[in-house]
Amino acid sequence: MTTASRRNFLKGAAVAGGGLLLGFSWFDTEAGAIEAVPAVGGAASAVGFNSYLSINPQGVVTILSPNPEVGQGIKTAFPIIVAEELDADWTKVVVEQAPLDTKKFERQVAGGSGSIPHSWTRLRQAGATARQLLLTAAAKRWNVPVADCSTTPGYVVHTATNRKLSYGDLATEAAALPVPTNVPLKRPADFKLIGQTIKNVDNPGILTGKPLFGLDVYRDGMLFAMLQRPAFGYTLTSVDSTAAKAMAGIVDVVTFDNNVAVVGKSTWQVKKAKDALKIEWTKTNTTESTADHNRLFREMLDGDKATVRRKDGDVDAAFKGAAKVVTAEYQCPFLPHNPMEPMNFFAHVRPDGAELIGPTQTPELARNETAKLLGLPPESVTVQLTRMGGGFGRRLKADYALEAVQVSRLVKAPVKVIWSREDDMTGGSYRPAVRYRFDAALDAQGNMIGYKLRGASINAGNATREDNFPAGAVDNLLIDSVDHKSSITTGPWRAPITNFLAFAEQAFLDEVAQAAGKDPVQFRLDLLDRAKQKPAGAVKYDVDRMKGVIQLAAEKAGWGTKKTVAGKPVVQGFSVYFSHRSYVAQVGEVVMQKDKPVLHKVYSVADCGVVINQSGARQQVTGCIVDGIGHAMYGRLTFKDGIPDQHNYDTYRLIRMNEIPAVEVHFVQNEIDPTGLGEPSLPPAGAAVANALYKATGKRVRSQPFVEDDAFKGVLS
Amino acid sequence: MAVFTLQINGRSYRTDVDPDTPLLWVLRDHLGLVGTKYGCGIAQCGACTVHFNGEATRSCALPVSAIGKAAITTIEGLSATGTHPVQKAWDSVDVAQCGYCQAGQIMTAAALLKRNPKPTTEEIDATMSGNICRCGTYHRIREAIQLAATMPATTKTKSKS
Repeated sequence: MTTASRRNFLKGAAVAGGGLLLGFSWFDTEAGAIEAVPAVGGAASAVGFNSYLSINPQGVVTILSPNPEVGQGIKTAFPIIVAEELDADWTKVVVEQAPLDTKKFERQVAGGSGSIPHSWTRLRQAGATARQLLLTAAAKRWNVPVADCSTTPGYVVHTATNRKLSYGDLATEAAALPVPTNVPLKRPADFKLIGQTIKNVDNPGILTGKPLFGLDVYRDGMLFAMLQRPAFGYTLTSVDSTAAKAMAGIVDVVTFDNNVAVVGKSTWQVKKAKDALKIEWTKTNTTESTADHNRLFREMLDGDKATVRRKDGDVDAAFKGAAKVVTAEYQCPFLPHNPMEPMNFFAHVRPDGAELIGPTQTPELARNETAKLLGLPPESVTVQLTRMGGGFGRRLKADYALEAVQVSRLVKAPVKVIWSREDDMTGGSYRPAVRYRFDAALDAQGNMIGYKLRGASINAGNATREDNFPAGAVDNLLIDSVDHKSSITTGPWRAPITNFLAFAEQAFLDEVAQAAGKDPVQFRLDLLDRAKQKPAGAVKYDVDRMKGVIQLAAEKAGWGTKKTVAGKPVVQGFSVYFSHRSYVAQVGEVVMQKDKPVLHKVYSVADCGVVINQSGARQQVTGCIVDGIGHAMYGRLTFKDGIPDQHNYDTYRLIRMNEIPAVEVHFVQNEIDPTGLGEPSLPPAGAAVANALYKATGKRVRSQPFVEDDAFKGVLS
Repeated sequence: MAVFTLQINGRSYRTDVDPDTPLLWVLRDHLGLVGTKYGCGIAQCGACTVHFNGEATRSCALPVSAIGKAAITTIEGLSATGTHPVQKAWDSVDVAQCGYCQAGQIMTAAALLKRNPKPTTEEIDATMSGNICRCGTYHRIREAIQLAATMPATTKTKSKS
């Protein structure tokens, strides 16, 4: 990718060692014309290629996966798509993680459930074009029309004469042919790999303890560093590092940007020395406590500083004429991301550039910020991607990579910066805290004629998504938001905004349905019919797809039927959400054990378009539900004077195996291009549980974590 | 600093480290055995689980000076080729998402099956609830343990522990 004019081009070329190498562009949603370019050496020197698959004479297909693997399964899913259209033999596919290469690839990002939607067509065209070249090469060799040839996995076949040639046999010849344009893609009905159950390509390494992760990076001469960072609203006054420097294995103690870094020869030695630092901090007037946030929420909800996000009709008139008004407030706390692998990064800064290796969801950001910091061109910074021990949005930021760069620059050595769990949990970039106020106006027939939502947040920006359902289905609607800028740092957290907003919206909608005397499922379906037949303002969701998941979830869960488990009645709560491009409906089931409600099961139906890999897709849905429920039930980070009260798993609770409900996963079968699955099943989970808890107990849970909600303290455990 | 001779995965390792260094960091920083993971450092998450004379033990809270002649098994030594029934079951069920906690999960599960070859679901939950998986793979971990329990036990360990 050297010039703009090449943006849309798929390029084929012979690899120096013999074999087909095919690059493809990531730049536009519609992959375009295809152009052959001469080989310029081996795969490593394939300058001007955007990404590629190669086939060696033994028929081994190597597929580079450019996007960061954070547990979302992209390193398996991307190659499946390429291999599908190539008609590759999956047992002969080797997947390699590509480094950051902005010339060959684009959107090397793990975030926003966006990788598959973005790359779907490109990946298919890469595979299909290579297959077409192989077909053409075989037809030439046999001197038969291309149209008479077809493929079986790994082979081109000529059925009439019962001949076949392997992709390995044909690769070199195929690569020399002009690259065809407008190669037709398979019909979804003809998919062989896509939609199957395919195992994680990194299983062998994961299950035997191979070095795959950022924390597993070790280099000759590498030093280890841990940092003491300021709490929120504090600045560094002075450091006494005498004791720390005298400790075994300690090479240096350096300071930058209010941070103190201890550098040494092993993780344990630097950790001990860090504990021996004597640091004085200055408290500024920006430190905050959770009590301050609760006061700020009240002021923001009751004040007049909110920004209008959407306004349909006349809400004041609607509420004046209402037969019934429902009002409720919902609140969610700050949450740390808590990936099991804490933040860490390797950096080796040299005078002319830097080498970075580590777990990042945004390698390009790490590179560009490093280049800026060092005053060097971005091309002088390399970034190698490791597998990530989770990210959940935390690794969208480059702060921890830049720390490694800073320390490496200061000590003039290769350095791996390691965050302890305490550093990770207290180091910021949290899910923001929010409080919502909802008002709904009902007429005498129980129709929702007015709807108001105000989102008040700490460092969330706009805490609403103003076009979310039921917007479009209510004539008179007002959505506004107000935000407090805090010294506590926040950032994207899996399913940003929607991970708490969905709980509030879908639980409140349940309250409205109850006030209207309507079944929660039917109430939602009626609103959707209304949005379709007589839309109020813009409708920015697909009514039919949302109805589709609602109806299928109700059917699969036996909504409205009498159910029991071990003789005890099962009660259900409903939730549906459109977020991050996909539609998900969930039914939560609760059973009373003695006097306590226990979460029994969650049914989930997702419409994410074509499912690439059943195994990975089911993992994402189940993981999202466990994640969503776990944090709704137990997660919270509180503050005193800018210092988090929780700092490790003895004081911060994550969901464990004995706390998970059964989960049943379904997908809507369709041929819609895939719309993303790393996040959309998380948002609805909290309300599915909250609504079931209400049915079981008659009490509404309106704040997270549920175990500390006033209505459920001591009831949930 | 002091020299320790450790019996790990059926081999002897000599290492010169601070005596209070947790086994976790000896394995990772000094012996190149990085399969054992750091998660919390306070024995709360289980990512660092190894076998200590066959018992599942948190290596992050075990000072190297307390090991003596105990036989240590790490994920690298659970089997020579990744064919321990628990590893095979983990692959078959396709348990891992990010994969970071799985070595600890596998070591905990292998120790469980060694002392209780046919655990009930409740017994699996009780043991495995000591290990956190942030991706939420718990359903498949449970399923994989149930599958491993149906496999022949003869190949369950490589080392003498």
